[in-house]
Amino acid sequence: MDEAMSYPQIEPANFDLIVIGTGLPESILAAAASSSGKTVLHLDPNPYYGSHFASLHLHDFTEFLQTHSLPSAPETQPSSSGEFNVLPLTTSPVYSSIETSVFSPEILQKSNQFNLDLAGPRVLFCADKMIDLFLKTEINHSMEFKSVDASFICEGEEGNLRNVPDSRSAIFKDKSLSFTEKNQLMRFFKLVQDHFGDGSGEESKKISEEDLKSPFVEFLSRKIGLSQKLKSIILYAISMAHYEQDNLEVCKDVLKTKDGIDLLILYHKSGGRFPNAPGAMIYPLYGQGELLQAFCRRAAVKGSIYVLRMPVVGLLADKEVGNYKGVKLLSGQELFSHKLILAPSFILPSGFAPSYLYPEPDGGHDFGLLDEKVKVVRGICITKSSLKLDVANCLVFFPPRSLFAEQMTSVRVFQLSSNVAACPSGMFVVYLSTLCKDVGQGKKMVNEAMNALFSIPISGKPEENSTDSHGENTVLRLKPSLLWSTVYIQELTMGAFGCVSSTFMPDGNLQYNNLLDATTKLFHKMYPNEEFFPEATSSIEVAEDGAFEQLDS
Amino acid sequence: MHGRPRKAPTEEEQEASVVKGAKLRSIQAKFFQFHHTNTYTKEALEVNAKLLEMNPEFITGWNYRKLAVQYHLEAAQSDEDSIKSILDEELKVVESALMTNFKSYGAWHHRKWVLNMGHSSTDRELFLLKKFQKLDARNFHAWNYRRFVTALKNIPDEEELQYTTDMIYENFSNYSAWHNRSVLLSRLLKEEVEGYYPKEKVLTEEFEFVRNALFTDPDDQSGWFYHLWLLDQTVKLEHLLVSSWPPNGSNVNVSDYCALSPSLSSISRTLPLILCFSEAVGGINSSTVSVVCESNMDSNLIWTPISVDKSGLARTWLTYLTFSSEPMHPSRNYLVKVSIANSEGIISSAGFCCSNPSHMAFTVCLPSSNTEFDEGPDIERIDWSEENFSSNQLHSENLGLINSFNELTISGDNKKTYETNAKIIADEIDYCRELLSEMDCKIGKLTLARLLLAYDALSSASRGVQDQNMFQYKEILELYHDLMKLDPPHFQYYKDQYSLVFLKQELANEESLLKYCYQYRDSTSLSNNSLCLCLRGLSLSQIGCIERLLWVQMLDLSNNGIRSIEGLESLQLLCCLNLSNNKICSFSALEPLRLLKSLKVLDISHNEIGAHPIDTRRYLCASPLSHTSDWKREEFVVSGPEMTIYWDAFSIFSGLNLRQLSVTGNPIADKKFKLFLCKLLPAMKWLDDEKLR
Repeated sequence: MDEAMSYPQIEPANFDLIVIGTGLPESILAAAASSSGKTVLHLDPNPYYGSHFASLHLHDFTEFLQTHSLPSAPETQPSSSGEFNVLPLTTSPVYSSIETSVFSPEILQKSNQFNLDLAGPRVLFCADKMIDLFLKTEINHSMEFKSVDASFICEGEEGNLRNVPDSRSAIFKDKSLSFTEKNQLMRFFKLVQDHFGDGSGEESKKISEEDLKSPFVEFLSRKIGLSQKLKSIILYAISMAHYEQDNLEVCKDVLKTKDGIDLLILYHKSGGRFPNAPGAMIYPLYGQGELLQAFCRRAAVKGSIYVLRMPVVGLLADKEVGNYKGVKLLSGQELFSHKLILAPSFILPSGFAPSYLYPEPDGGHDFGLLDEKVKVVRGICITKSSLKLDVANCLVFFPPRSLFAEQMTSVRVFQLSSNVAACPSGMFVVYLSTLCKDVGQGKKMVNEAMNALFSIPISGKPEENSTDSHGENTVLRLKPSLLWSTVYIQELTMGAFGCVSSTFMPDGNLQYNNLLDATTKLFHKMYPNEEFFPEATSSIEVAEDGAFEQLDS
Repeated sequence: MHGRPRKAPTEEEQEASVVKGAKLRSIQAKFFQFHHTNTYTKEALEVNAKLLEMNPEFITGWNYRKLAVQYHLEAAQSDEDSIKSILDEELKVVESALMTNFKSYGAWHHRKWVLNMGHSSTDRELFLLKKFQKLDARNFHAWNYRRFVTALKNIPDEEELQYTTDMIYENFSNYSAWHNRSVLLSRLLKEEVEGYYPKEKVLTEEFEFVRNALFTDPDDQSGWFYHLWLLDQTVKLEHLLVSSWPPNGSNVNVSDYCALSPSLSSISRTLPLILCFSEAVGGINSSTVSVVCESNMDSNLIWTPISVDKSGLARTWLTYLTFSSEPMHPSRNYLVKVSIANSEGIISSAGFCCSNPSHMAFTVCLPSSNTEFDEGPDIERIDWSEENFSSNQLHSENLGLINSFNELTISGDNKKTYETNAKIIADEIDYCRELLSEMDCKIGKLTLARLLLAYDALSSASRGVQDQNMFQYKEILELYHDLMKLDPPHFQYYKDQYSLVFLKQELANEESLLKYCYQYRDSTSLSNNSLCLCLRGLSLSQIGCIERLLWVQMLDLSNNGIRSIEGLESLQLLCCLNLSNNKICSFSALEPLRLLKSLKVLDISHNEIGAHPIDTRRYLCASPLSHTSDWKREEFVVSGPEMTIYWDAFSIFSGLNLRQLSVTGNPIADKKFKLFLCKLLPAMKWLDDEKLR
């Protein structure tokens, strides 16, 4: 009973909504529900916020991966407590094949100086829906952001990084495009901007409906006549397609012109939205985990109750009908609510079959879930030097087939520096991810990308071969040497709606749009009559002007 | 700052502006009280500062501050601290005014005025500039001020050039940045600063730099402007002399040209010498140009610039050689040697020094006795009808005179420069074609046309011979033809350019030039040469290629679309000119005629003079009120109401000694006007078809 004593008693015992897990979708839902006047209890078994979206110290990070790569403690049988059945709440493993290499053990001493994202790589576009939501809810005041300095595309084994010409001035500056390519690319950008003109624009400038429905790759090559090089840049580094688009018969996920162009326009609108952010993308100081904490703070302001370190052992079900009634905490306390939301690693007890899975298979083409067996391979590398001189935070894209012939998906890489507090100063954290069906194939892609970017010390002889000098003139580029790395597989799960709902694992995308869409959808399913974050009374425009004041220029 | 549409003010905004206006007026009234009583107290200055912060455009306010500063500085005498505090206060006032409107001329000027006193630190200036240029990177006030500050702080041009590069990288649609780049580069190139030499290397790099802008966004004009500047830098020819009359190597019979002497005095051994340069030059005098003759010749030559303005610069310079005494051997040809740019002093309008001497020589045949030139009473009227002209049978001696081109020797060094520059232009031509193959682009076509012309100029200069047969003008003409269709608002410009290129093509070599030469039937009515250059009905809108036409005495430009005769003043030998059936719409457009002192016969019939009640050109030219005009009132042979109506006709004709004039078919040419002309030109024998006396 000692253990139970250490847990606080929660008052009151009845809520409109209980949320277990503080991942981003859970936190947004808690904030949204409390904004609509619901009483919310938000619980997390961990001592930190974020669940599968957390930003953790190095030590906590590896521990979290380990914990969630194993099934939870042996299942206990449903028991009965008073008028309810207690259905035990267990978790399923969501991470697997974790391979961690420590090349420089000293960095483990600095564990606390790292903020590693479980859901990396991921960035915010200045004009995306997530930012709009921050501004609408005014939670941006509690956050600071830094610009992503550059994005690169990497083709060929040498690991040469070429700038992604993603704006007018980037095209102007680019050194690898021919003059004609510059002209073609800029004309294409203008065409896209004309398409999205103020609506009153001439119809002739609109891209036809027929074209919008066609595969983007065909539109780019047939209608626009872009070279392979430019197509590759647009498809994989700007529109961020996952799968190889060139072979339409085999491609699992054909990017439609409309979606490709939507992404382009998001990119375009993002550049220069905030005067302090020169690029299209930004990243929160202290990591992605900051975003969900901001929503949690907002929920707390609206009256939600937060309890961390509070494991839930079971769900309470009505004995007769089997309806969900409440939760039983490890402390033994029983709490009741109309609705319950679970973090994605929890197994929905068999009695609470969901009535609806989301996102719907047809609507979420780029959610990476078309095929349920698709998984995300994630990797994290810690290095002492940047991938590119004088660049702190940057993206790198390896288009399909750029690493080896069988590479069918694009590998995305995101480097963060100490200026976003991702790591101690003088170090860099590099995230990698790609989608895969086959675990071996997936890991190969990430490992090859790591090989292309880094020099990987031979175990036992760390540090020394970073110069890699075979002959006098072999060293073209000094690759950063790895200090620490991990590669793991993360499951993709679908969200479920029912009397007990559950959220989903971080998707394989670089941005938040689909996450937010799915979360909004779940909210509307749960509360069909409520507005998702009703308009705040104070003016948004003021917020927009003052927003991101802290952004570093 | 840019691309923001104006919105009509809302009701609240209007109210606010009414309130603001009232407040402004009350402060202004207070200010004027102080100003009128020369009060420079602290309170007065504060009122003024407040006023300027509200309305930085108020120039009187700034002037008052200058008076106040002077007043206080006198009081402060040489106490450094109080001087500094007075001036620092000024800088602060300017700063807050600029916060209200960073495009205020008065505020920027006041800041310069304060800093020019040299008591203030300039450290804050670059910081301020950075702030303003971040607000609007294209703000030309800030750029202008930047040049001032960098000069004050002695910041090297190289550093500033890098700054323009950075700004252009941020957004290349920035005229101010490109302009500053051209200013800085001009200086760096001129001073041959390390890394900016040789010029060809720098030009190649700059062409490549700006090419990024042209290809990325051909619709943005700022890059094209810089490209045009670069092109101009590349084609500048260092040898400036283009042609002369008499031509190099020719033989001239002086008695043939005695009618052309400035005064019809007894001296008949006078010969005009005309030098024509590639651009307007100054500094032509007897020390920069030496003329040596075997025979006795007055060596004190007076050179006259042939130009409508009074800048002292001209493309064409004229002097008269006077052979003073009887020739020793009447039948002999005497050699005249002309050396140009022997000593420094010839400077082009672009600031170029002509340092390469050129030499030419011709021979003269002097008449044995002083034959009086007499026009004779029975001189006939010139009739421009076609049947009076026959295709020419040229005498070989005339051929030499027509070919008025100097075969100038170009030094090896220059030749190499022209070759390198021609190569640069050839590359640009390739890139321009590449761009045009991607997209239709008006300014690209225009640039290609200009590049092709530039290439022509450079390659012919590098070959050293003016044999322009090598070059095909067809493509340039086609480009301008396309542009006329593609871009109707600028039709006239393209048409003018078309005319110039067309003339270049047609007059390029002797063979094609001869196709336009006709013999007038009756040579007795002309002083000597009855050869007429007949450029009628070619739909020209402008006249060009003047340097090839110095020999022309009779010119038929009728039935074209000529609006301007700019450049015609160079044809100093011209006696008879037919401009009938053109589009000349005012006498002001005929201003070059004033300089053609030999002109005797003029036909301007069937033009549009007087058709346009408002002639905008008229205000660009000399008028009775403009002080460039050198008329003396007492010389006016006519006065009264006609003078006020016809002053522009007066300004053209009063200096001419016309024998024959046709004005019919112009709206202005009524009876009253003809009477005016008769009064104005007493020596005139024919007006239109009428014989006068």
